[in-house]
Order: sequence, then structure tokens, then C-alpha cells
Amino acid sequence: MRHAFVQALLQISERDESIVLLTGDLGYTVLEPFAERFPDRFFNVGVAEQNMMGLATGLALSGCKPYVYSIATFASMRPYEFLRNGPVLHELPVRLVGVGGGLDYGHNGATHHALEDIGLMRLQPGLAVVAPADPAQARNAVLATAEWPGPVYLRIGKDGDDIAGLGGRFELGRAQLLGSGTDVAIVTYGSITAEAIRAASLLEAAGVGTTIAVAASITPAPLDDLADLLDRVHLAVTLEAHYPSGGIGSLVCEMVAELGLRCRVVRAGVTTITRGTSGGRSYLYDKYRLSGDHVAETALAALGRVR
Amino acid sequence: MALDIRRTIIGQSKRADIGHIGSCLSIADLLAGLYGGILRIPALDDAARDRFILSKGHAALALYGALHAGGWLAGDRLDEYCVDGSALSGHPEHALDGVELSTGSLGHGLSVGAGVALAARLQGSDYRVFVLLSDAECNEGSVWEAVMFAAHHRLSNLVAIVDDNGQQALGRTRDVLDLSPLAERWRAFGWDAQVIDGHDADGFVAVADALDTSDGPPHVLVAQTVFGKGVSYMESNIRWHYWAMSENEYEEALNELEAVEVGAPQQGRVL
Repeated sequence: MRHAFVQALLQISERDESIVLLTGDLGYTVLEPFAERFPDRFFNVGVAEQNMMGLATGLALSGCKPYVYSIATFASMRPYEFLRNGPVLHELPVRLVGVGGGLDYGHNGATHHALEDIGLMRLQPGLAVVAPADPAQARNAVLATAEWPGPVYLRIGKDGDDIAGLGGRFELGRAQLLGSGTDVAIVTYGSITAEAIRAASLLEAAGVGTTIAVAASITPAPLDDLADLLDRVHLAVTLEAHYPSGGIGSLVCEMVAELGLRCRVVRAGVTTITRGTSGGRSYLYDKYRLSGDHVAETALAALGRVR
Repeated sequence: MALDIRRTIIGQSKRADIGHIGSCLSIADLLAGLYGGILRIPALDDAARDRFILSKGHAALALYGALHAGGWLAGDRLDEYCVDGSALSGHPEHALDGVELSTGSLGHGLSVGAGVALAARLQGSDYRVFVLLSDAECNEGSVWEAVMFAAHHRLSNLVAIVDDNGQQALGRTRDVLDLSPLAERWRAFGWDAQVIDGHDADGFVAVADALDTSDGPPHVLVAQTVFGKGVSYMESNIRWHYWAMSENEYEEALNELEAVEVGAPQQGRVL
């Protein structure tokens, strides 16, 4: 997904000379195509994320369009106040790119697991929050947000294959639906969408009609698409590589409460701090009951149809 | 101009019944030098204008006084300072014409200034960026991130000014977190560093005008100042980081300022 991001960035940078790319000394074997094509517009600012966000603010105040790249934990949290008082407060076109959100950096441990970035970013008014499900959607998300007038947070998965049926579709403020079942909706975003696909196939095999909503545009939220879907189903399972609070689980609960919808919501997320356990992404998905198998079990249990 | 700025500081902080007076007074002469001689601002929206960022945002009132004295803010607008619904907050807001950056969180302004200076280079423009920091603001690690970046990229069009008044919120800077030797520290990080008299506005203008802002390292002027400068009972007295004036204190402050106007001697020169 990182390579799809860079390829899309290269494409828009050809026509928009105001684009510059800053990295906090990360992106080996990823950012080189940009650095080689636009050496004067590429800055490795060193391991200094606060300054990187301050620089981006100053550049954007002066007519540039900075893309700011780091691992999702470091991109979102170390310079959070600089993001708030800079691009958000001044409504500037800074694009913060957090790579490997959720548990994508599995074996690297808890310091590399971004499990609160979406919640933090959702809090900031005017900040578009985008978390594509696969490389093709990442590419289209970069293109679709290129002209967004305010700041953007892009949570880009580390790796991942394209999701069958999604076809890279992306639109700000919209969710993409996969399937048309009316028993269960699985609302998800990011690279964990692949687990939702697995869960949906298991549920369908068990006779449970399932629709997946890929809510890669978290802000602006796909309110109409989700409201329509949630009104049709008995159960919504939200699935995210994130703590249960602040992310899509919270968004769906807010919608169900505010709109007075009848569907039940079960939030699947990382329920504890991931300290003390080394593991790859798949292992950690299993451990925190986020794998497709677990999500199907969770849905069946909630429906009262435990296998 | 410095006297005008001090009049604004004393008059408006009394009307609004708000503190941070000492922090404002210590930079009145520096702002007089900037807005009275150094900054090239043909118009506030001129893309090639020099930029000024007040990183020590708690001295916003001094900036409003300077914008007024420089002809960029009408006098009646000063009366909006800290009035409900006004753009003239206790810390400067970008929504007010002439304020380049909303500040108030220390340690933010220099990295933004470095970004603006970098943009000037990318765009082939020769404007300069001046960032005024407090001395205690140099406690912030983010300041030193920006210091390293600016030196590495030789942002010669970036000029930092440190208001070295030796006072911070809970005590003397040397007692809280010793910054000395301040100029040497910046120099060690690759900056051109000079120590100036922060109450000699003419001297400040001369030094600033002589800086090579087209080539070489970034510049820092460590301005030795007196916290509360111009009102004797406020000078180097931490109370005036916080407190507002009583009627008697206000009269006394005004009398001291006006005594300067009729020619009483004082240290340093004012524009």
C-alpha cells in the first residue's frame, strides 16, 4: 500500500508543483521514486516529528502542499499538538501520512502499534481522516484528497493485496458496500478489511446475510451510506485495528444513538495494551479476536446463532 | 515607536484587567525595531513581505501595539483587546490581519518560521522570516529540532530573536533550567549568533540590516532585556508575569512612561 501511495503522489506531483514531501527519516525502499524524480521537493528532516509538522505548517502557510510521512504512531502522536495548532487551526493543506496503522508493524511491538490514531484524528475539526483498505483504494484516496482544502490524515497500510470486488473505489464522505445481506453489517476500514471479507464468507456459508461497508473516508463520515445500511440490518459489527473507543466503532454507535436506529452494535477492536507479546499481524489479529474467523464467531454469538 | 507600544501595553492591559505585562514590556523596543525599521511589508498580503512570528504568544498585546504603531491596526481596534467576540485574544490569532501564525504554545514558532523560510527558498523569493522567542521557550526540545534543521539547510533568511529577560513563569531562568551560555549554544548548533541590547532599537535595526540573509547560516540575536522594562516597579519582578494593575499602579506606570516622553534620560534608545 505504501508503494501505491508513492506512485499516486508522483502522479499528482507532476501537475502540482506546490507538493513537497517531508519524511522523519523513514520510508526506505518506498520514497526513493519521489526523491529521485523531485530531489528539490523532498526533505528528510531527520528524526524530529514536531519540527516536521512545524515545517509543514510554515510551508503550507506559504503556498506549498506538504505531504508528511512517518510510521503511524510517530506521525500521529508525537507532533499532535503541532498538528492541532498548525494545519488544523490555520486550515492548511498539509497531508499527514501515517504508515502501518493498527497492528501492521506486528513484531515491532507496542511502540509501533497505532491503535488510537483514528480516534485522535477524528477529534480535530476540519481534518479529513482517510484509511484505505487496499493499494488500489490507497491510490484513489491520494488522488481524491489532493485538492481537499484543509488538512488530511492518511492511514496507509504497510503492505496488503487488493480486495476483490472493491475495485479501488473511493470517495470522500462515502462508504463502499460489498455484498447485500441484511442480517449483519460489518463496518471496517484499513488493511483489516481483508479479515472482514473472510468473516463475511463464513457468515454467508452459515446462512447469515452480510454486507461489508468499507468506510475508508472516516471524516467526512459516510453518514448517508451507513445510515441506510444500519437501518436495514439487525446487527452491526465494527472491525478495526484500533482501540474500541474513538474509531469506527464509536462513529457507528454515535450514529445509531443519534439517529435512533434499532440495530445492535458490537465493536471488535484491540481491547488491551499490546505490551509484552511479540507477534506478527495475523497472530495479533487472532490474539485480539480480530481475525475473520473470530469476527464471524462474534457476529454469530451476537445473533444468538453460535456455531 | 517603543513608547507608543508601551502606552498600548499599559493602557490596554489596565482596561482589560489582564496580566503578562512584564513579558510585553521586555520586547517593546525589539518590536519597535522590527515594525519601525527592519520589516519590509509593502502590504499585509504581499507574497514577498517579510514575515514576523511572535512565538512567545503571551506577549500578544505588545504585537498589537506594534501593529498599531506601524499603521497596520486602527487605534480603536486596540480597544477590542480581550473583549468578548474580538479577534484580539490574549494570544495572537491568525484571523487578525498582520498575525502570521496563531501562537501561545511555546516551542512552535521557530519550526513554522523555518518552514516559511524554506518556502521562500523553494519559490525563489528573498523575503526574510523573523521569529521572536522567549528565553524560557528554549526549554522546549522542539526549538532545538528547528535549530538543527535551519542550520543544516543553511536558512540564511531565518532570523531568530531571543528575548533574554531571564525570567520565566515560576522563577529565574537560571534557577529553573539554566540556559547559559545561550548564544554559545546556538552557535554550537551552527547558527550565526550575536548578543545585542534588546532595549536599543536603533542598534537592533543596524545589526539586523547588516545580516547576510541571502547566504550562510541562519541568524540568532540574543537580546538582553529587562523583564517589565520601562515601569520601574515591574522590572525583574515575577508578579508582573501574571498580575493586572491597580489604579495606583496604573497611574504610576503611565507617569513613568510619559516622563520618558518629555526627555528624561533612560537606558538605551527608542525609535
